[in-house]
Amino acid sequence: MTAPRRIAVVGAGAAGLHTAEALRRAGYDGRLTLVGDEEEPPYDRPPLSKHLLSGQWQPDRLTLRDPRALDELRLDLRLGVRARRLDRRARTVHLADGREVPCDAVVIATGVRPRRLPGAGTPGDGTPPAGAHVLRTLADALALRADLCEGPRAGGRLLVVGGGLLGAEAAATAVGIGAEVTWLVSTDTPLAAVLGTETAALLTGLHRGHGVRIHRGTATGLLSRGGRATGVRLADGTDLAADTVLTAIGSEPATEWLADSGLGLDGGVVCDARCAAGPGVWAAGDAACWPDPRTGRHRRLEQRTNATEQALHVARNLLAGPDGTTEVYTPVPYLWTDQYGLRVQAFGSPGAADRFEPVDGSPEEHRFAAACVRDGRVVGAVGIASARALRGLRAQVAAHAPWPPEPA
Amino acid sequence: MLVHIDQDKCCGAGHCVVAAPEVFDQRDEDGIVLLLDARPPADLHQAVQDAAAVCPAAAIRLDLA
Repeated sequence: MTAPRRIAVVGAGAAGLHTAEALRRAGYDGRLTLVGDEEEPPYDRPPLSKHLLSGQWQPDRLTLRDPRALDELRLDLRLGVRARRLDRRARTVHLADGREVPCDAVVIATGVRPRRLPGAGTPGDGTPPAGAHVLRTLADALALRADLCEGPRAGGRLLVVGGGLLGAEAAATAVGIGAEVTWLVSTDTPLAAVLGTETAALLTGLHRGHGVRIHRGTATGLLSRGGRATGVRLADGTDLAADTVLTAIGSEPATEWLADSGLGLDGGVVCDARCAAGPGVWAAGDAACWPDPRTGRHRRLEQRTNATEQALHVARNLLAGPDGTTEVYTPVPYLWTDQYGLRVQAFGSPGAADRFEPVDGSPEEHRFAAACVRDGRVVGAVGIASARALRGLRAQVAAHAPWPPEPA
Repeated sequence: MLVHIDQDKCCGAGHCVVAAPEVFDQRDEDGIVLLLDARPPADLHQAVQDAAAVCPAAAIRLDLA
């Protein structure tokens, strides 16, 4: 196969943008189409639940590249249009506006969309009631902020459904701008599965200390009356009332458009270890699912840093061609979360550990770096306000190094 | 090459420090990027470009003039 002359990158979030940028940076000068279903040029999502929801930042601060930098990429930029279908035989991406994008190679970077509760409507299938929110796009965040700060529900009761990082950040931000917040979670220590028990307990205590009411239960459906959300029903049959409901119960890969493509779609776009989903088809970002070389199991990472790293990786492998030297993707997962003025940073999988070994500070001081150890190996690292010590643990996470460290 | 950093955008991943430790460091309290050398020598330019490319927050901007 000759080098590609027409590349389509589907999805104009961080993964799509970084793929396009890396292709140009590596010298690719053929046609480069970037398709995105949102109207906005590529923007950064992590601030949506933090600085944007709080009102500290205006939307333009989220822009990932200014217009000049975007121009320099010489993109065939198709914004505000969804990809509808991938025809691999004809090597064509079909767009919802009826247009077709012929391509020698395609990069799938369509990300995820939030799960909704029954009763909340789904995109293209019923309108959600007023006051019922999810938080994935800029439009989502602005709508939630408007409900919390303006109009009839301002300063009212916000119910955050879901004990993950997004729910935690939204609860922390919302209480900071004057909402009365209830956080509905399914476990005693939300975030333990992500950050480990020690860090999760610290954050749970901070939520309580700032006035967030933590309610244990499982939502089974959204309640509404007269087209307006009124709360949720719980599995135990009781109801929780609210003026505004944010559903943050995880996401699903946005891969419907690939249904008849013949690609493997099992918990994401199924890729090989190089992030190839098939000949001339690659995937990067939240939608990509690839075998972790350490475990052999396919995994998907909904993390901002992964979007960038996987995009750079895919661009490199794509340009290497079928006979070139391609590389296996072995990231060291990194995530951060900002809550109540603290920044928690983590490498690997702190939630998978059975031992918590501080190497600096302690959770009580709200300043620590700790190795997270399982079966005598470092599987993660987590810290607050101890960036250098934490970074020092990164190599041990990458290597799944033994703990305690072997004497040099 | 002139290096600009945006500390408000920085998410503290530290990828830049891994890529170009001569040019970038992190504040200990929150991991925010510190610029050690705004005009790095030519032999570091590739490393600095790598750092800018891998920054997940797009917090590093380069003037290549």
